Amino acid sequence: MKNLMKTSVAAFALTIGANAAAAEGELVLYHWFEYIPQDLLDKFTEETGVEVTMDTYDGNEAMLATLKAGAIGTYDLAVPSDYMVSIMAGEGMLDTIADGELKNKGNIEPEWADPSFDPGRKHSIPYQWGSTAFSVDTAVYSGDINTTDLIFNPPAELSGRINVVDSQGDVLALASLHMGIPQCSTDRDQLKALNEMVQGAKAHWASFNSDTAKEVLVAGDVTVGMIYDGFAAKARSERESLQYAFPTQGYIAWMDSVVLLKDAPNRDNALKFMDFLLEPENIAAVSNFARYNNGVSGSSEFLDQDLVTQPESNPHDAAGTPVFVEVCDEETQAVYDQIWTNLKK
Amino acid sequence: MAAGAASGGSATTDTYKEVRTWLLLPAWVTLAILVLAPVFMMLIYSFLTKEFRGGVIWEFSLAAYDQFFFDRGLFGDDPAKIEWTYILIFWRSIWQAGAATILSLAIGFPTAYFIATRPEKSRALWVFLITIPYWVNLLIRTVSMKFLLRDQGPLNDFLINIGLIDSPIHIVNTNFAVQLGLFYSYLPFMVLPIYAAVERYNFSLSEAAADLYASKATTLRRILLPTVKPGVIAGCILVFVPSMGSFLAPDLLGGAKNFMIGSLIEEQFKGNAGNWPFGAAASMVLMTMVLILLMFYARQQARSEKAGG
Repeated sequence: MKNLMKTSVAAFALTIGANAAAAEGELVLYHWFEYIPQDLLDKFTEETGVEVTMDTYDGNEAMLATLKAGAIGTYDLAVPSDYMVSIMAGEGMLDTIADGELKNKGNIEPEWADPSFDPGRKHSIPYQWGSTAFSVDTAVYSGDINTTDLIFNPPAELSGRINVVDSQGDVLALASLHMGIPQCSTDRDQLKALNEMVQGAKAHWASFNSDTAKEVLVAGDVTVGMIYDGFAAKARSERESLQYAFPTQGYIAWMDSVVLLKDAPNRDNALKFMDFLLEPENIAAVSNFARYNNGVSGSSEFLDQDLVTQPESNPHDAAGTPVFVEVCDEETQAVYDQIWTNLKK
Repeated sequence: MAAGAASGGSATTDTYKEVRTWLLLPAWVTLAILVLAPVFMMLIYSFLTKEFRGGVIWEFSLAAYDQFFFDRGLFGDDPAKIEWTYILIFWRSIWQAGAATILSLAIGFPTAYFIATRPEKSRALWVFLITIPYWVNLLIRTVSMKFLLRDQGPLNDFLINIGLIDSPIHIVNTNFAVQLGLFYSYLPFMVLPIYAAVERYNFSLSEAAADLYASKATTLRRILLPTVKPGVIAGCILVFVPSMGSFLAPDLLGGAKNFMIGSLIEEQFKGNAGNWPFGAAASMVLMTMVLILLMFYARQQARSEKAGG
């Protein structure tokens, strides 16, 4: 009962605090799940008096669908991955940030200041970046882990012990790297071969889990699992024998960016929040929480030391080239959809 | 149910005769806005042209239904053959949902019978106990189930420790796990209608049957089951229909290796495919199937009432 009282009082206090903050207006985020520490949002509210509301999504496509279904004008900021930034820009869903509107824009690291998915950073600022490959339980499998064969042409002992993410883009991009064919290939023979290769590989896969990609590895359901680097670092902290692979055939790079949405109801506060995230100390807090790199210079001194040195952030010398997932044209995308349906039918 | 309302409520019916239509208006408006309008929108969307990456273009098209029923190869320019992919996906869902329904019935019927035959005072408590686990979110319950069943989970640990098995039984990521998950998700929907039916059952009928030398099995088959049949059918529908559209259990417990109807439709809206008209068309096919099922049930009901009345 005492606890209940305490909770109610706390809740009451929070409500009052929120009401006071509402005077400065609000900010509505549409954000990946489990990706930003609540403390940081509280800090922003403390500094600016702006009340932050956040809805979360579990996939780029899910976010796009929600915005397309009429949520444009509800949210101020979203956090799409690289390829999705160009798709959203192409759909006219992004607002342009004029020169001088962001006072911290200069903090963006030069290598992320002019990316292919948003030339000149007209609509976005860098958030977090990393890679997608796979982790292997080295206590169970002792062979060479740095090859995509482990996913697409596994040795018998790994058959039925593999999880892939439930994401067409990531799986087919890694499959293309494995086969050495370009992404979004328009060559019919290559596409047919891709179709057959993934269907053959599926016989060895245990599951298609994205949200639980870490958990299935930690719990020992699978020995090999496709996973994002930060997620892999968390997995390793829970099961030491898990090692993140950088395949020699190449691996997937990704960068999430914060974009200013068209018709943002609180545009000024959105820009304030973008500036807030370009402060090295603040973006480092996100990195420390999510275990990914960020694209802001000067943030390294605020990073946890083990984040800088962790193996998931430091590819070995033999690692292949990281590539972004490419955006296919409509015709090729239709074939990709067909391949994916064939794979999961 | 219909008979009870008619005999017990005639006075009430007369009292409200004048204003009955108006009193029902809020319910009708709610139904129209929340049920009919979305379904109607789906129907329209299924006949529109797909927009690349989600959305629709307002031009009439049969492409969505064509994709559902005809296979034109990987590149869409082979001569049309019958498309088995989606029929297979629908069949799998029906099969899984059917297995879950039978499992629910097998456990649900005895449970409901047990509760209905307790002293009146304790029945409420039993019903209450049945519903307690369902206060927790479905997602959490499904994840917990996975925790219990996995190769290195408590169930397998226990079985190995007592020496019943040597190596863990693989349950997670199998069809059986999906059926188990569906069964567990919807069990109360089976128990409660059957309980309601059995509770109204007049047990002196069983006694009369016994007096006439009917065995227990015969009494169950010829007297109890026909009387509580509406409750059993209602329970089966309440378990079968949501199981068919479910995607949580197939994703989490089945490993999402194969599309079910629910995940196939979800992929069209939330996945890469972004093919809204096709998602709408698949929903319409699903709904048509469910409607046929319900109409079949309604006809059976009408027939049995005629025969009984």
